Order: sequence, then C-alpha cells, then structure tokens
Amino acid sequence: MPVFTISGMILRSLFGRPATLMYPFEPREYATGSRGHIEIDAGTCIYCGLCRRKCPTAALAVDREAKVWEIDRLRCISCGCCVEVCPKKCLSMARGYSPAVPSAGEPEKHHA
Amino acid sequence: MTQRSIIPFGPQHPVLPEPIHLDLVVEDETVVEAIPSIGFVHRGLESLVAKKDFQEFVYVAERICGICSFIHGMTYCHGVEQIMEIEVPPRAQYLRTIWSELSRIHSHLLWLGLTADAFGFESLFMHSWRLREKVLDIIEATTGGRVIFGSCKVGGVRRDIENAALRTIAATLQDYAKEYREIGGVFLEDLTVKRRLCGVGVLSGEDALQLGAVGPMLRASGVAQDMRLLKYAAYGEIDFSPVTAAEGDSYARCSVRVREIFQSVGIIRQCAEKIPDGAIETKVAGLPDGEFYARTEQPRGEVIYYVKANGTKNLERLRVRTPTFANIPAMLKVMPGCQLADVPVLVLTIDPCISCTER
Amino acid sequence: MIEPQDLRETTLERLIGEVQEFRDAGYRLVQIGATRTEGFEINYSFDRDLKFVNLKIKIADNSVEIPSISGVYWNAFLYENEIHDLFGLKIRNIKIDYRGTFYKVAKPAAFAEKPAAPAARKRAAKPAAGTEVSET
Repeated sequence: MPVFTISGMILRSLFGRPATLMYPFEPREYATGSRGHIEIDAGTCIYCGLCRRKCPTAALAVDREAKVWEIDRLRCISCGCCVEVCPKKCLSMARGYSPAVPSAGEPEKHHA
Repeated sequence: MTQRSIIPFGPQHPVLPEPIHLDLVVEDETVVEAIPSIGFVHRGLESLVAKKDFQEFVYVAERICGICSFIHGMTYCHGVEQIMEIEVPPRAQYLRTIWSELSRIHSHLLWLGLTADAFGFESLFMHSWRLREKVLDIIEATTGGRVIFGSCKVGGVRRDIENAALRTIAATLQDYAKEYREIGGVFLEDLTVKRRLCGVGVLSGEDALQLGAVGPMLRASGVAQDMRLLKYAAYGEIDFSPVTAAEGDSYARCSVRVREIFQSVGIIRQCAEKIPDGAIETKVAGLPDGEFYARTEQPRGEVIYYVKANGTKNLERLRVRTPTFANIPAMLKVMPGCQLADVPVLVLTIDPCISCTER
Repeated sequence: MIEPQDLRETTLERLIGEVQEFRDAGYRLVQIGATRTEGFEINYSFDRDLKFVNLKIKIADNSVEIPSISGVYWNAFLYENEIHDLFGLKIRNIKIDYRGTFYKVAKPAAFAEKPAAPAARKRAAKPAAGTEVSET
C-alpha cells in the first residue's frame, strides 16, 4: 500500500540546497519589468498634471507655479498609469518596492 | 441521551485561511448542524463605482481578491466591453486566456497546500507552496506583479508577451508538470491522505445543482459544467473539456483540482502555439450604457458580474457574486454527519475565498 | 454579445409562480441582486446548461414586502439576507433569517442611499483628487 509517498520530495529537500532565498544575506533579484516604485527625471517634467489626473489612488500632486512634483509612496499602488500617460516620458517604473516606514510623514517632493 | 454543544469555529483559527465563522452544533464529536456567519471583511467595494470612473475601476475589481485577482479584472472588462460593443483584438484575448490559466494553476496549488494543512500534513503544504512560487515567478516576469497582475484594461491588455517568451513559458510549465505529477500523486495515492479525504462530505449531483454549487464542487459530483464553455476570451478556439469526477466526496474534489492543473498547463501550451500577432488593445471611445451579466470561470467556480451603466462615466451598479458565496449552502449541506476533525477539510473543500465573498 | 441573455421583467405577484416554473424545468439559481434606482430593482438570475435567464422586479421603496423564494430554492437565503442588510429591503419568510445580523455593518442599509446626480459628482471628483494629497 502506498505510504510515505512524499519521502522522495522530503529527502531531496533535506539533502539539497534550500528552496528559500537566504534573504537578507543574499539580495533579492527582481525580474525585469517587475513593478516596484515610480521614479521621475525631474528636469524633463513640464508639470502638465496629466499623471495626477490619471492616478487611480490620487497619490500624486503637481504644482505648476512652484514646479514641484510630489508622490505619496504609501498610496501608490505601482499600477504604471502615470508612466503610460506622461507626454515627456520622464516617469519610469523601477524595480524594488518602496521600503516600509514607521509613520506616514510628508509626501516625497521633487523640484525642477 | 447525547448532549448537544455549540462550538464556535473561526474567524481566527490556525487552519482557516480566511475569516468565516461557523457555529457548529455537535453531539459527541459528530456535527449535527452548522450555521455560518460572514461579514468580517466586508469592504463595500461595490459602492466605489460611484466614485471611480469605469476605466479606473479595473484596479478596484482586481483587488477584490488576492488569489483570483486577474479573473476579477478580466470579467469586469469583459462586462464593460460587451455593453460598449468593443471588439478586443485576438492577441489580447489569447494573452488574457494565458494569464487566467496561470492564475488557475497557482490557485489550485495554493488550495492543495491549504487542504494538506487542514488535515495536518504540514510538509506537503510547504512543498505545494514551493511549487506555487515558481508559477508566481513566471507571473511576475510577465506582468510585473506576483499577486495583483495589473495587466487587464477595458479594451485589451496593458502588456505584451513576446512569442518566444510564451514558448519558453509553455516549455517551463511542461517541466514543472513532472513535479506536479509527483505532488498530485501524494494527494491521490497516499494511504493517510485517502483516509482523511475519501467518503468525507458526499454531495450528490442533484443536490449540488439545486443548492447552487459551482466550480470543482459541482464538477466533482458528476455535473460537467464549466463557464469556460461560454467561449469568452480565447476559449472558443481552445480544445478542452470540463474535468469531472463521480463520487462527490472530498477526494473527488481534490482529484478534479489536481487534474485541472494539468489541463491548464495543456491550455497554455495550446495558446502559445495558436496565438496570432497583432495589436493588444482597442481604444475606448464613448461611455457605457446598458446592462450585462458577465460570467467567467474562476478557479473556484462561476463568477458573475452584473454591470449596469447609464451613459455617464461612472457605472450605475456593479454586482459581483463570487463562487464561494454560491458554494456556502453546499458546504452547510455536507457538514451534518461528519466528525469534528473533518470540519476544516469540509470548509476547505469549497475553496473558501471569503474576501471575494464579502467584497 | 457573446451570448444571448434573456432578460425578462415580472411583477411581485407573479414572482413565486415563475420561480417555481424555473425550478421544475431544472434551472439553478445563480444570484439575487438589488440595484438602487429611483426605487429598487431586484434581479433573480437562473441558468441551465449555460443558458441564462434573468427575472427583474421593480418596487417603489423599501416598505414593500417581498416574498422569499427560499421555499423553492433553499440557497436563496444567503442572497436575501444580504440584500436585506445592505439595502434595507423587507423580505418575509426567509428559511434562515438572520434578522439584520448577517453583515455586521456600521451603517445599516448603506447601499440604499441614492447616488448623487452625475453633474455634481463630476464637479466634486476633480478637486478632490489633487487636494486629498496636499492635505496629508
């Protein structure tokens, strides 16, 4: 009768290398195209505000006169809508999620 | 004279994956009746249609559930596209099919792990999830996110996968299929697992249909019903037939889900061979007006989205009925007569996704 | 349309009779849902062999009592308790009646509020998106 049918898998994992990543000793390698966080090339931004309108969670704020672009990292869901809609292509999606913070704090500001 | 006691089960319990509360009326270890209580994660997502316009709502629809998230987004887009009579390009249909099937594979592997946990076989649980991680890596490489794909939108899909990458994915899944066969073998052949699953919670086909059961719960009782036969997305061109089993007990449901993993690997291989070239989206113009009931097959069963629009950019009503909601009466019907230790297995046998159920 | 959907309207009095006919013909109950329009619309959906039929009844306000179909389809009790808790609709003779404790919501009958008129919503939507962020 079939008993201990899992013993093959168990012995392989006992004597083989671990299936989990030994983080943080080994850094995590994200796949290309993985959606992590938004980055901006502030010099190219024209402060048109299209990204703010398209953002589904209202995580962005753009001030045309003061030339400030703000992002609230905790609201951003990394959907990439702002990256798609930016006319100057100054926004890009970078790998790696934004780190956890102990309190909400101020949104991140970028100046020209 | 046996005495009845009422044992509360859930919402927090080491074996429950999601918060559902059951009041179990037991007589000396045999369950006589079960009364469910849900509503612990009710977020009222359906009322958000009043605030988000119909194109932005895809992001909310995807986040109704973490396991079946892509198919929620796809069903929503399907409903809106049918109202607006938007023709989605064939390449986008095939890509949606591929992502749906990847979703199904990882959901079934997740279920296998949780079922092993329900009857106490922790190492089998961990190995099932180890296999699931490899599928999540494929999903992350193609869509950018492991759990929430973010790749469906009204009119098509947002990202493309090159044909060479698709063939590699299909070949990789064929390799993984050897390990799936091994772990499926443990679930279906091992004596200790069969002792816990065979004969537990028998549901006849007639009862299953009248109680409104859907998905593998229904197919394991012999009824060959699968919403993919409605030929939405690219399923009209794929050759497959619903996987059924005859006994209607927990073992049959396990066997249906294990075989569906292989069926999904086969469907992805067919899609990778047949996918046409072309555009991946159609531009959306105008506003939706009308109503439609979009039905698709999630890993857990039939999900139905009632989409009603009145010509403005916010939908008038979105009503989601998820498969777990339809399977709860079937679960309540199989509980009486089982032992107390079988209750977790029976709760998991419907593949409960309570966050879907309560939106 | 991907499949022809049979959407029918019926009245409160003929509801149970028509539901019983579906049961006798072997249809299964797919869902019961409610929509808030000027009054309320309640949709009963049935399916057999991938053929989909929907019955819709319209009522003026939530003081109208609706008969329960859980005598015909037992699994309707879940849907009817849900629409009672979310919309405040009165349904009599549900087989398992939770009497309002099915969903433990903070605000009873929250979905029964009429949605704001479209023009007011559009004007309200734009400034809210920007101001929400700068206030944090």
